[in-house]
Amino acid sequence: MDATAVSPAFSVTSDSADKTRKQQTPGPNAAGKSNRFGDTLFFNLTRAFAVLTLVTLAGIIISLFVSAWPSIEKFGLSYLWTAEWNPPMDRFGALIPIYGTIVTSLIALIIAVPVSFGIALFLTELSPLWLRRPLGTAIELLAAIPSIVYGMWGLLVFAPLFGEYVQPFLAATLGKIPVIGNLFSGPSLGIGILCAGVILAIMIIPFIAAVMRDVFEVTPSLLKESAFGLGATTWEVVWGVVLPYTKVGVVGGIMLGLGRALGETMAVTFVIGNTNFLNNASLFSPGNSITSALANEFQEASTGLHSAALIELGLILFLITFIVLSASKLLLVKLSRHEGAKT
Amino acid sequence: MNLRARRKLINSTALMLSMTAMAFGLFWLLWILFEVLRLGVGGLSPDLFTKMTPPPGGDGGLLNAIAGSLVMVGLATFVGTPIGILAGIYLAEYGQRGWLGAVTRFINDILLSAPSIVIGLFVYAILVIQMKGFSGIAGVVALALLVIPVVVRTTENMLLLVPNSLREAAFALGAQKWKVICLVTARAARAGIVTGVLLAVARIAGETAPLLFTALSNQFWTINLLEPMANLPVTIFKFAMSPFVDWQRLAWAGVFLITMGVLALNIIARVLFKEEIKR
Amino acid sequence: MSFAVARGREQSTISGNLDPALEHCQISARNFNFYYGKFHALKDINLDIYKNRVTAFIGPSGCGKSTLLRTFNRMYQLYPEQRAEGQLLMDGRNVLDRDIDLIDLRARVGMVFQKPTPFPMSIFENIAFGVSMHEKLPRGLMQERVEWALRKGALWDEVKDKLNQSGMSLSGGQQQRLCIARCIAVKPDVILLDEPTSALDPISTARIEELITELKKDFTIAIVTHNMQQAARVSDYTAYMYLGELIEVGPTDGIFIKPKNKATEDYITGRFG
Repeated sequence: MDATAVSPAFSVTSDSADKTRKQQTPGPNAAGKSNRFGDTLFFNLTRAFAVLTLVTLAGIIISLFVSAWPSIEKFGLSYLWTAEWNPPMDRFGALIPIYGTIVTSLIALIIAVPVSFGIALFLTELSPLWLRRPLGTAIELLAAIPSIVYGMWGLLVFAPLFGEYVQPFLAATLGKIPVIGNLFSGPSLGIGILCAGVILAIMIIPFIAAVMRDVFEVTPSLLKESAFGLGATTWEVVWGVVLPYTKVGVVGGIMLGLGRALGETMAVTFVIGNTNFLNNASLFSPGNSITSALANEFQEASTGLHSAALIELGLILFLITFIVLSASKLLLVKLSRHEGAKT
Repeated sequence: MNLRARRKLINSTALMLSMTAMAFGLFWLLWILFEVLRLGVGGLSPDLFTKMTPPPGGDGGLLNAIAGSLVMVGLATFVGTPIGILAGIYLAEYGQRGWLGAVTRFINDILLSAPSIVIGLFVYAILVIQMKGFSGIAGVVALALLVIPVVVRTTENMLLLVPNSLREAAFALGAQKWKVICLVTARAARAGIVTGVLLAVARIAGETAPLLFTALSNQFWTINLLEPMANLPVTIFKFAMSPFVDWQRLAWAGVFLITMGVLALNIIARVLFKEEIKR
Repeated sequence: MSFAVARGREQSTISGNLDPALEHCQISARNFNFYYGKFHALKDINLDIYKNRVTAFIGPSGCGKSTLLRTFNRMYQLYPEQRAEGQLLMDGRNVLDRDIDLIDLRARVGMVFQKPTPFPMSIFENIAFGVSMHEKLPRGLMQERVEWALRKGALWDEVKDKLNQSGMSLSGGQQQRLCIARCIAVKPDVILLDEPTSALDPISTARIEELITELKKDFTIAIVTHNMQQAARVSDYTAYMYLGELIEVGPTDGIFIKPKNKATEDYITGRFG
């Protein structure tokens, strides 16, 4: 590669610089064989490990599918909407764990999204400068605490108080409203689906809040000043300009949180109540989620069919998170293309 | 009410709610940390680090669990880090175009947010069943599988932050590509990569779910990787769910250790990264 | 340079002989000081901005001309470490007073920035965004207002068929005219232009300059520019600033042809700056 071919790319744009790098790899008049040997070896070494991640994913799907096969073969698709989970009789249906997983995650999102938005708004627009860093760090540290800590704290500290004060209050207020009231009825046990949802919300708030804060921060200040310049209030600037500008990142953050909530094991297992009998709509009832069913039953699964059914649960969970993630990626691509094409 | 008064009311209400949200978030953090401190410090004693996990009602500590956790987290980091770094280098330096890079990046994202319990099931299916028993090695593999995507992601991101002019300057000296990567680019991104590894360690240190079906737990001392191995998270899970007060006290002590360890790792990672940026 | 001076002279014949004594004051700065933390950025500024005139602020970068502009609508207040002292009079009231309502102030004093800042929404919504905050208009009237603003902003013919497209889909010059139209739509008294053409190509720049001349019939305009030809072309009055001080201000002709101050002359003739 002679100097003249390279030098024009030395200017500025990363794109052209990138091309230069690309051209150099297979550079034919590079200095001799040993030279190329080192490059080829390194290239293939790194590529092999990249391929390894592909193999891992394929391996996960195949191995789970194979291990779950006895259950898939026996119950077919009806596994998805059968509510009976009866190990002694070898009859299994995934409805209750799937319901538990989805409902707890939804509760978590309903609580966490507005709170996270509020936190991000506070950290970017309201907080005094000297408080921004420490508060931001505190929120990030909350995200770092292992989920088993949330779970244990939830079971031993939070759930008893939740059952004694919060649930009776909810039953006395929201519980009186027709239709919705059914969700907040029944005995206040503390632990249960609602409690698991609340703990999950506390767990994912820092994830979503941190992402929202980061994307709010990259909103160009000129854009915000333009809106302020028209006489907008802080809230109007954030709601009308910052949020539309950052929607891609915000959606990404919410999906990240949802993924966490769906796949979370320990925080849920401690407080959801772990029962496969659920015959009412109340969120106060104990229930089960896919992850808590796995965590509680898998080691003791007696028969082959029992563990196959549990592994099928794991497979379903993996597919749900896979779909959520792929959907969010697609949405992000679509949203950014929407913007990009018109820029 | 006129338009302006209404707008101002909406604005002040929203800002008030935002402040409440911030207080709400901090409230949980402080409450959780407070309880962990209050209940965890009570369980701290020299026994914790010198005695094995006890049977119910017995006297003991968490020595075997602490040792098992250290061994497994250490080995998983040792195995997972180089794999993750190499794959990350591929993505950043070779895979910016072409299908393999794009697909790998997508799949890495999926692995990054895959439920950790599913990773545990996977390792159960490929290792525990084949080896006919739970083992420390299966735990190591499960944790390593959690380390890899984190390291891949941070490595790629950090390498992409390295300005192209630096690479070009190295190429202009006639260096080969792999030398440029190893000696210049990777070195420039070193602090970021180390930060990523530390964060990955912090993440697996508290992971419970993937160990449930792989390393299981062990009431006794072992560092034999072919046997079930005690570890802090699973021990905490077992003890916290039990009705025994002694066990619960040990569980709080364990939670205290893990929380402090993880927070310390996070803070070190932050400080390290900031120092490096300053230089 | 000679070209610019020629244009400047030509313009003065169009707008008639300017006599500050006959003008109506829109904004008056009296003993005005500004600080970034401890840094004294504007020192004892005394200046009048006249109604329906274009006042240009020139000077080397960092001289405080943008800073001054950003005090007219109190934009600086977004940043807690910045503060202003003295008087900035508009209709006999001090703009810096605590009890001045920022929403009202900014509805009366619009601003356009260095770079086009279309909001991430459609062209129509971009214009309606500001209007709907200050007035509650039924749909039909809003459409009229949007059309009116876009016509004033010399953009209507180019966008009338694609009002629902994203504001970001326009070219840079169109985006900047969109921002001007958005600002006009609120019907302010004053329009502040902070280097409005610095990110644009020469053709778009020329269109904006034409537009400015057109707009002064209805609005008072203050423009910061680093381009002296531009100041000579579009402005009636010019203020030269240096290191936070107002060195000289007067009719543009006077400043460009026979500046009273040696420093101004050096800057204008390119010997410095």
